[in-house]
Amino acid sequence: MGDPSEAPSRQYTNPRSFQGPDGRRSQESSQPQAAVPEEVPQMLLSQQRGSQGPPSGLPQTNLRWSQGASLPENENWQTSQIFQAAEAPMGHSEHPGFPLGFQTHAYMEDSRTLASEHTTNLMLQQLQQGQGSLFQQLEPTYHSPGASFLSQFDSSQREDQHFRPSTQHSPYPRDDPGSPRFSFSEQGFLYYSPEVPEPQPRDLAVQNAKAYLLQTSVGSDLSLYEHLVNLLTKILNQRPEDPLSILESLNRTTQWEWFHRKLDTLRDDPEMQPAYEMAEKQKALFIQGGGGDREQEMEEEMMETVVPNIMESAFHLEQASVGLSSDESFRIYLALKQLVQQQPVHTCRFWGKILGLRSSYLVAEVEFREGEEEEEEEEGEELLLEGAEALEPHGGEEEGEEDEEKVVDVVPKPQWKPPPVVPKEESRTGANKYLYFVCTEPGRQWTRLPHVTPAQIVCARKIRKFFTGHLDAPVISYPPFPGNEANYLRAQIARISAATHISPLGFYQFGEEEGDEEDEGGAGRDSFEENPDFEGIPVLELVDSLANWVHHTQHILPQGRCTWVNPLQKTEEEEEELREEEEKADQVLEEVEQEIGPPLLTPLSEDAEIMNMSPWTTRLSCSLCPQYSVAVVRSNLWPGAYAYASGKSWEMTSLLLPYPFSGHPLTYQPASGSKDPNLGFQLPTLPPPHLPFCPHPHSSTWLSILPL
Amino acid sequence: MDAESLLLSLELAAGSGLGLSPDRRAALLTSLQLVKRDYRYDRVLFWGRILGIVADYYIAQGLSEDQLAPRKTLYSLNCIEWSLLPPATEERATQMAMVKGRFMGDPSHEYEHTEFQKMTAEDDVVVQVKEETRLVSVIDQIDKAVAIIPRGALFKTPFGPVHVNRTFEGLPLSEARKLSSYFHFREPVGLKNKTLLEKADLDPSLDFLDSLEHDIPKGSWSIQMERGNSLVVLRSLLWPGFTFFHTPRTRNHGYIYVGTGEKNMDLPFML
Repeated sequence: MGDPSEAPSRQYTNPRSFQGPDGRRSQESSQPQAAVPEEVPQMLLSQQRGSQGPPSGLPQTNLRWSQGASLPENENWQTSQIFQAAEAPMGHSEHPGFPLGFQTHAYMEDSRTLASEHTTNLMLQQLQQGQGSLFQQLEPTYHSPGASFLSQFDSSQREDQHFRPSTQHSPYPRDDPGSPRFSFSEQGFLYYSPEVPEPQPRDLAVQNAKAYLLQTSVGSDLSLYEHLVNLLTKILNQRPEDPLSILESLNRTTQWEWFHRKLDTLRDDPEMQPAYEMAEKQKALFIQGGGGDREQEMEEEMMETVVPNIMESAFHLEQASVGLSSDESFRIYLALKQLVQQQPVHTCRFWGKILGLRSSYLVAEVEFREGEEEEEEEEGEELLLEGAEALEPHGGEEEGEEDEEKVVDVVPKPQWKPPPVVPKEESRTGANKYLYFVCTEPGRQWTRLPHVTPAQIVCARKIRKFFTGHLDAPVISYPPFPGNEANYLRAQIARISAATHISPLGFYQFGEEEGDEEDEGGAGRDSFEENPDFEGIPVLELVDSLANWVHHTQHILPQGRCTWVNPLQKTEEEEEELREEEEKADQVLEEVEQEIGPPLLTPLSEDAEIMNMSPWTTRLSCSLCPQYSVAVVRSNLWPGAYAYASGKSWEMTSLLLPYPFSGHPLTYQPASGSKDPNLGFQLPTLPPPHLPFCPHPHSSTWLSILPL
Repeated sequence: MDAESLLLSLELAAGSGLGLSPDRRAALLTSLQLVKRDYRYDRVLFWGRILGIVADYYIAQGLSEDQLAPRKTLYSLNCIEWSLLPPATEERATQMAMVKGRFMGDPSHEYEHTEFQKMTAEDDVVVQVKEETRLVSVIDQIDKAVAIIPRGALFKTPFGPVHVNRTFEGLPLSEARKLSSYFHFREPVGLKNKTLLEKADLDPSLDFLDSLEHDIPKGSWSIQMERGNSLVVLRSLLWPGFTFFHTPRTRNHGYIYVGTGEKNMDLPFML
């Protein structure tokens, strides 16, 4: 059978590569038609093929069609013609090629249906109007049902047989001398002609255009033709609204997708690696410690754990518009649980979060069990002693050198002695009452912060630096801070705790044994315990009066400690050293007054004002439901420090960039807001504010505002 | 942050520690819808919260079709009733420079500020500035200084108006950590100063705003990745309390300011 085999060959005499679906479709459509049994008389086929005649006859064809359109009996056959012409662009050129005859049969719908006739008329009009547009040519592809070519073909075949007599004469004027000649008498060879048919001028133009579109550049493998097909497929698949307005973006993304294929499923996405690692670490938090009887574990869990109920505090804080998201709070709870398992912890509390430049710190306030923590303390002290001893031999060497030099010249010895170092407080007392652990994200390792020394506190009051997020980063400032970021962090935590840790009045009470105040150097009682008879204060009262809140941490003196220590009281070793050197002149200046601070459990109403503003702001969390709302106290001195109380539960937290608020900025500003720099500078003339808990008698300025 | 995706945005921005209580959130969801209807805005953004001593201000902004057109700012004390603020002017900005301290929380509160007359050593003029005016200029300053969007979220049409880019699929992870992928959400100031060589690499439909790279002082932005790589948070160090968040490879992005409305003038010393 020449026809089935020739049909495809005829199709591809015009060399064009077809995109998958289109080309395949044309193949498929032709195949079933080609497989049409031989019952279809060759005659019929040849007639129809012959009738399509020269491709250049399309305009004339249209004319003939329009003429013939009025003839109802020819309509169906003409629709076939039209479909043929319309099908031409489906992977082919504009003009109706012979193999399209097969396809049009496929697309010839039931003549009984009016819709098909309507569409054919439409297509006829469209063809008449815009033959050059690729879109119109593509359109019929989407009208085409993919199914059952055969059935349509069968039905059409039956109808065609009716028209056979009338289609003896081709509607195509066969006046093109260059066109291939097809005589009706030729049977079976119409799709095959011995010579390669010359492409018609329109054919040629389209071939050239398409070949140009299929060009790929040196830079990429993607040709414009392929890209346009991808783009249009994407648009038609996704069907966005108003695609014209986003055409450029779609264009760009289509191109991008071509070159960035999705990775295969065997490899992990390298960019998401850190996210996966973090997720793994946090997953470890969620998995309970394995081993052991499950029942036993549950019982142990049900007992009192050291870890507080973070979720409850988070809930209350959320009422106060403060706090991390609830899933973050839960992760923090799990991380605290992990900390408790790793360290010998007696009590534990989530202190808060401090934001840094590159990462933030989650701080946990912890008290060790008795006797546990001292090992590390001793290690720290030993290191310090070693450092001090290392320095002393140097001093000896210097003296030796000077003796030698005395012969030549006497180098005057400096008279200045550094001020005596205030000893740091013992652990579990004063500023070092609690131990602090930090980590950057829940799931990561908890790092312990060293104890704070008074010198660090004093210096921390004078400087303001951002935290970078790495504990070993140096703190470069003036006056130079003695320590690295871990020490600075600890110092700030100490200051914030001392200034802002408050509780409702009556929750804590002093122990029954009261020492003599004078003997203790004016530091007052420094221990308190929970009041078992505490019945919460009504929320409204908590909001109205600041006297209902008290500080329960010790105030830090200007010296940097909570209990005052006279730095002049030297140990015996130091006194011996003094006798060796001649320093009596200095002793006159070293008389220091004893520093006294407010005693423990003083109410907030005693706090000094900042800038004519109360250092605390109280608020009811929700004005719409005052019965159930929570009293919130916000510190104006340390923005970010919040406390809430509701009934018997209360909690403090600090979520902040840890800088105190102050009266006026450190920088200069022109007097009248004009931008002329020549007007001269004027320092703001506000008096130094009296800050409640960290008075610094030597400073005349204070660091400026840093709100949260 | 867009009022449409308010809940998700609040969750993502919660890392800074300050958010909204449930009752405020619920109130916002309803009232912002009504604001959008009444004022016929194209988009309504919840700008943030300015903390005052007595009360807090909740600020929202409404945008028209052209995203870069001047925005309308509204404030509310209870998240239900919103009042329109007057637009900011230069003159107001200069007056504000002399007012310091916290916001009171009362829009009709008047700050008294004596202006020293240099030329005539006579009466010092006492200028009274209303808190509402101060609010306007502070919001304007913050907007001009730190309101940011990721690159590609807006695009400029050839006719001029700037529209939301519907095909914005988020910044790729390689770009999310760079300051150059974020633009200021205001009229560009520094674009003309770019050299021709730089301009050649730009795409005029996407790169029509100032990027954050050349902000002064350098280092006034802190970029952090939370949860491994899946959330980018930018915090401004110049206006503490301003947080911008973006989930790379998704469309979610937004910013919120929760703070006292005071600029951090000490920034160069703190870095």
